[in-house]
Amino acid sequence: MPRRNDLKKILVIGSGPIQIGQACEFDYSGSQALRALQKEGFEVVLVNSNPATIMTDPQMSSRTYIEALVPETLEKVIAKERPDALLPTLGGQVALNLALDLDRMGVLQTYGVQLIGVRLESISLAEDRERFRDLLIRNDLPCLKSRLVRSEQEALQALSEFAFPLILRPNYTLGGAGGGIVYNQQDFVRQMQEALKASPTSEVLIEESIIGWKELEYEVMADSKNQFVVICSIENLDPMGVHTGDSMTVAPAQTLTDKEHQRLREASKKICLAVGIETGGCNIQFALDPLSDRFVVVEMNPRVSRSSALASKATGYPIAKISALLAVGYHLDELKNDITGITSACFEPALDYVVLKIPRFNFEKFSQTQPVLGTQMKSVGEAMALGRTFREAWMRAFHSLETDQPGLELPSDWQASELSLENVRSPRYDRWYLMAELLRSKKAGVQQLQEATGIDPWFLKHLDELISLEGELKTHALSPVLLRKAKTAGLSDEQIAGWCKKTELQIFRLRKQWKIDSELNQVDTCAGEFEAQTPYYYFSYEDFPMESGRAQKPAPLKASTKKDFVVVLGSGPNRIGQGIEFDYCCVKAVQSIRKMGLEAVMINCNPETVSTDYDISNRLYFEPLTAEFVRRVIAEEKKSGRCIGILCQTGGQTALKLSQELKEETLLGTSRDQIDRAEDRDRFYRMLQKLKIKRPPSITVKSIKSLRAAVKKMGFPILLRPSYVLGGRAMHILRSPLEFEALFDSIRRLKKSYWPMIVDRFLEDAIEVDVDCVGDGKRVQIASIMEHIEEAGIHSGDSSCVIPPQSLASSVLKKIENLSISVAKELKLSGFLNLQLAITDSEIFVLEVNPRASRTIPFVCKATGIDWIELAIRAMLGERIDHQLKSIDLKPPSLVSVKQVVFPFLKFPGVDVLLGPEMKSTGEVMAVGSSFEEAFVKGLLSSNHRLSKDGSAFVSVKDSDKPKVVKLCRELKRLGYRIVCTHGTARYLQSKGIVCSGINKVKEGRPHIVDAIINREIQLLVNTTDGIEAISDSFSIRRSALQAGIPYFTNLMAAQAAIFSLQRWIQGGLEVHCLQDFHRIRPNGQRMRSRSTGSPPALSERKALQKLPRRR
Amino acid sequence: MARLKSSVRKQREGKALSDEGFLLCADGSVFRGRVMGARARVEAELVFHTGHTGYQEMLTDPSYCKQILCFTAPQIGNQGVHPDDWESSRAWAEGLLIRDLCDAQFHWRYHESLESFCKTQNIAALVGADTRRLVNKLRIEGAQTALLCTDGSSVEQVRKSWKSQMQMQGLSLVKEVSTKKSYRWTMGSFPLLDPHWKTGASNLKRCVVLDFGVKRQILRYLIDAGFEELWVLPCSSSYEEVLALRPDAMVLSNGPGDPSAEPDLVELIESFIGLFPVLGICFGHQLLAQALGQKTYKLKYGHRAANHPVWDTRRQRAAMSSQNHGFAAEAFGDPKMAELIHLNDQSLAGFVDADRQVAGFQFHPEASPGPLDWRDIFYEFREGSLWKNS
Repeated sequence: MPRRNDLKKILVIGSGPIQIGQACEFDYSGSQALRALQKEGFEVVLVNSNPATIMTDPQMSSRTYIEALVPETLEKVIAKERPDALLPTLGGQVALNLALDLDRMGVLQTYGVQLIGVRLESISLAEDRERFRDLLIRNDLPCLKSRLVRSEQEALQALSEFAFPLILRPNYTLGGAGGGIVYNQQDFVRQMQEALKASPTSEVLIEESIIGWKELEYEVMADSKNQFVVICSIENLDPMGVHTGDSMTVAPAQTLTDKEHQRLREASKKICLAVGIETGGCNIQFALDPLSDRFVVVEMNPRVSRSSALASKATGYPIAKISALLAVGYHLDELKNDITGITSACFEPALDYVVLKIPRFNFEKFSQTQPVLGTQMKSVGEAMALGRTFREAWMRAFHSLETDQPGLELPSDWQASELSLENVRSPRYDRWYLMAELLRSKKAGVQQLQEATGIDPWFLKHLDELISLEGELKTHALSPVLLRKAKTAGLSDEQIAGWCKKTELQIFRLRKQWKIDSELNQVDTCAGEFEAQTPYYYFSYEDFPMESGRAQKPAPLKASTKKDFVVVLGSGPNRIGQGIEFDYCCVKAVQSIRKMGLEAVMINCNPETVSTDYDISNRLYFEPLTAEFVRRVIAEEKKSGRCIGILCQTGGQTALKLSQELKEETLLGTSRDQIDRAEDRDRFYRMLQKLKIKRPPSITVKSIKSLRAAVKKMGFPILLRPSYVLGGRAMHILRSPLEFEALFDSIRRLKKSYWPMIVDRFLEDAIEVDVDCVGDGKRVQIASIMEHIEEAGIHSGDSSCVIPPQSLASSVLKKIENLSISVAKELKLSGFLNLQLAITDSEIFVLEVNPRASRTIPFVCKATGIDWIELAIRAMLGERIDHQLKSIDLKPPSLVSVKQVVFPFLKFPGVDVLLGPEMKSTGEVMAVGSSFEEAFVKGLLSSNHRLSKDGSAFVSVKDSDKPKVVKLCRELKRLGYRIVCTHGTARYLQSKGIVCSGINKVKEGRPHIVDAIINREIQLLVNTTDGIEAISDSFSIRRSALQAGIPYFTNLMAAQAAIFSLQRWIQGGLEVHCLQDFHRIRPNGQRMRSRSTGSPPALSERKALQKLPRRR
Repeated sequence: MARLKSSVRKQREGKALSDEGFLLCADGSVFRGRVMGARARVEAELVFHTGHTGYQEMLTDPSYCKQILCFTAPQIGNQGVHPDDWESSRAWAEGLLIRDLCDAQFHWRYHESLESFCKTQNIAALVGADTRRLVNKLRIEGAQTALLCTDGSSVEQVRKSWKSQMQMQGLSLVKEVSTKKSYRWTMGSFPLLDPHWKTGASNLKRCVVLDFGVKRQILRYLIDAGFEELWVLPCSSSYEEVLALRPDAMVLSNGPGDPSAEPDLVELIESFIGLFPVLGICFGHQLLAQALGQKTYKLKYGHRAANHPVWDTRRQRAAMSSQNHGFAAEAFGDPKMAELIHLNDQSLAGFVDADRQVAGFQFHPEASPGPLDWRDIFYEFREGSLWKNS
């Protein structure tokens, strides 16, 4: 049966804000599916709360709702739109759970909405561990051997069925208390007694241990004809015990024989059939004993997942698109493989390269937690690299990570004492670096490492070979043979230069001289068996490059024409401070460039993104974002076209930094010198001085020696920060000498790269404002002024904000505009500019200027209904803003838009949830309302706050906040909340006539506030604090609120905004708004734009373009 | 055989052999690599396989006789070699080209390294060859004869002296690989997933396999399928010799060479049709098709992969197949027959003629290496259900 014609309108659910474990891979899969469905002629309704996603771009679907992903909202959308079907398999677990909820609530039945893409039964079969286990046993598939025992005697009897080591899991204990791993009979008896005691039901599960087993994932597709294909097998480098999202992985699996691989393939096929996977992708995890033929099925996900995004990018097979098409009636045999255009989509990709995925961690931001990996995912992003050999792909993956070291070099802040075999035994996030150093210093060999870690020696052997090669480069004179060997091993010019005591440029020249260059390769799904049409490339070095002889090398750039092209630099792996927002900007930039009739060449290395989808840009290069690799791409491109320039403003700080390195290329937009003026502290200060614009007073400190004096001179409060930062790393607000002294030691330990440090005067109680503007070199247009809810001092990425500003007088707004325009004009702005300002009673201070698209641009685009990215890109390519603005309605939006954020604190035990100048949030949500209150409270719902209509509110605030909290408490009382306070706050409130009850602080004895939180006696929590002691005293309050899922506010401004918005929620009738409605955006077009889009540029544009190369 | 012993000569003369070898194509293009395995000069047909796994099975598959095999999967040799994974008693491929070798000697069934296997089995092999560009060339120009040189001579020397003499078209190779004496096979397959097939009732007890280069996995699966007595006969067997065994069923095996170069075998096979059910696999399928009146032709670069979709007209669904063939039979277009179609290029992937109880499959239902989606064919063949749902 081909396409279903009974469906007209399909509802798709996204996955919401970016969180650890649920990141932008769902934007990638969702966007791909939306495009497929739209192309098939379906009307698509999308609900997703995340404005930074490409899928929420108004052109991606017919009706876009940026609304909370909760059943109530979904019901409203369903009632309003009356879709025929719901497709929930593309929005991760969030969407699947919502589908289950909607079904349970009867919403699907009431409105006659069909669930497509997955059967409810399959979801519950895969999710319910017991049912899944039964299913495995019924189908003769192996699962973990385990047995429940109730007494010591029973345990000893059961022992004969098992081999050591064993895992004991007492039933019904929190966090596995009383359980653990047992290695011998003696321990078994002792630990079993404890475990039986620990379990309230005296039940202990004895389970065989598979720690150290190989971990593999199979990405498969199946349809309702039981046609089944394996898209990709993925092998984890780390054995069982480390979450697959945190492990480096290789595709295809490398250490399995054909029989082992086919066995897992057969098992996958059986599982798909048994679970009832009929329309799309799913993912199955296996564990294999490395020393025998045993394996077990660990789990399965009946939907597209992070791994399927990886598998798609690794193989070129569009899993999400095909899944969506299967969901609307197609079968695999009826679809073509897009990449070849002629072969069937019902096939298994063959790879003639190796793909490595490497996770990116942000443990440095959560120093209170142990940087050890486990079954809970902790990485915030990932990079992928392709290479013709394992070691090349592996090293290219390291280059893609953008950490301080380019490869396996030890991080510079490493302590020599940490170097021991013992330390690699536990899966620290950085143990690969440590293992490399152990090999380097000959403190361990491959075998010892294997015994300590359980990692397959096939991977360790490569590690060993790489370290030997490093040694060879350090001790031998560089020869053509050695240099080629180093390059085929994936080492970068920078690394080789460092080891050979040469400069990177020297290595580059030697390569040219010796004709050592990488070859262009295509990702074609079929290992070269068929001609590929899709322009998806990577570079790789060959040991013995083909000699042309009389034969011709096949023309490499198949899809290339002689058009002019623009190179767009992506933002690399996601990390806190640089995430999906920049991918949104890159994708929009690519689309704008293509609309103008130019070709867009995309370079990026993040497999989760839309920008690395094979049909977004004209040509996609999966390469590390460093100068060496980007140069190679540009050189290749120039063989067949003319480079108009490189675009570095949309790829975050990564791309901006590259703009300064690639000096030989034409840079689009604001010039290098002006970028440097904005980025370089001293030059920036001089510019502000010239413009007579204020900034917080500051002193630059070169070393730790002069820090104390500088702090004394400045006086408290101060903001201490490194001169070059991303996401507020190592920034501190210090209010007293005591706090400074407490921090002093850790500052002293900071790496050299953090210096010089800046000591700023910290502005207390200032309103922070973000201004985004665009310019064409002459004219500047303010895109939006955004007011932060939290005062200055909380990182702008962590604060809530609102468009239009709510508390600023029009005279102040006018001043802000004038100031921003004067800065922009001074920088001869072409493209994007973001300013962060602090506003005190009377004055405006500039905190920071970013000469690139900011994190908030996607939100601004959606809040204002104007595609500022296209506008800026056109401006950078020579189309004057005045001319463009003629067709754009600049009238301010009629609705209020709020942005709020989500944090990963729950994943990091022991970390305080307090906010500060260092960014900690991973994702954002947007909410729209006809009033600020409506928008804000909708935002709270979107960012997973479980609000309560009444109950008890716990209020404990620092002294300076006490006067301000009175109003807030009155509002709480008015709403019907009881107020519970620590005794100090209670006395104060009572003196102001507010009825409230006191409760003990933790140190004051039980029952205390944490007891109350755990007992669910508190429904809302406001806790502001300062001073080291007070913070540590109240830590457990905030942490337990987090764990109990109670809405908590650690900032008074945010608490006020929330509590004064609650009324609007309690009152009910929150509206859902369709983006297309309130912006009056036409399908596939920009608001109010009269010119048709997508056509070749008009004559005037063409003329403008021809002027380009003459620009600097 | 063009294995020249110049290496031996050189060694005797005390000259160090170059570590580098090369592949010379007919058009003069050269692919170099590090020498691994035999020191030799080999002329053979150059083909590529796109499977990720199964290098041991492929190297020992007799169908690769007179071929130089290029793996597109870049990391080969990762698990070493184990005799249990062999498809015959020795290696048959003449030459081997791989992109990279990393031998960790760790796999639990590790017996020998691929490098040492190539040496003992006399396979001339190159490591580090630019297999990607080689495959592109083969895709564009088609499979071709090439010279693999690992004996230490220089390209210039060889280029002058070499004139391609071999052509796969018209080449009969069956006699080189077929068993010389008939033998009885008794072993089933290694259990992959429990349980094995539950074999049903059938009158078919004794099966003969005509060996044109049979893979062991075919024999193992025939035992798994429940045949009580399995005889493997040389390709030179006569009509009478076959019938003397009183077979209930016959399997025509895979094998190397051009199927159109074997008119005697076609004639022999024709005489069995109607006597008992006949199953042809790959080369056996091509001979069977000829016996039924069809012609065979050479494909441009063949089908050698573990991921080719085959459309089953009987069940109206596709499944993955393991393929290894350079020739193909023309489609019958006979409405009384059920045909199987290769989904990528619509070529004939198999046929089932229920009336005459003959079936041929161009792909390898025994896989090894490759997906097991078609393994049931052996069971259906014995049980008879193969003829029922066509």
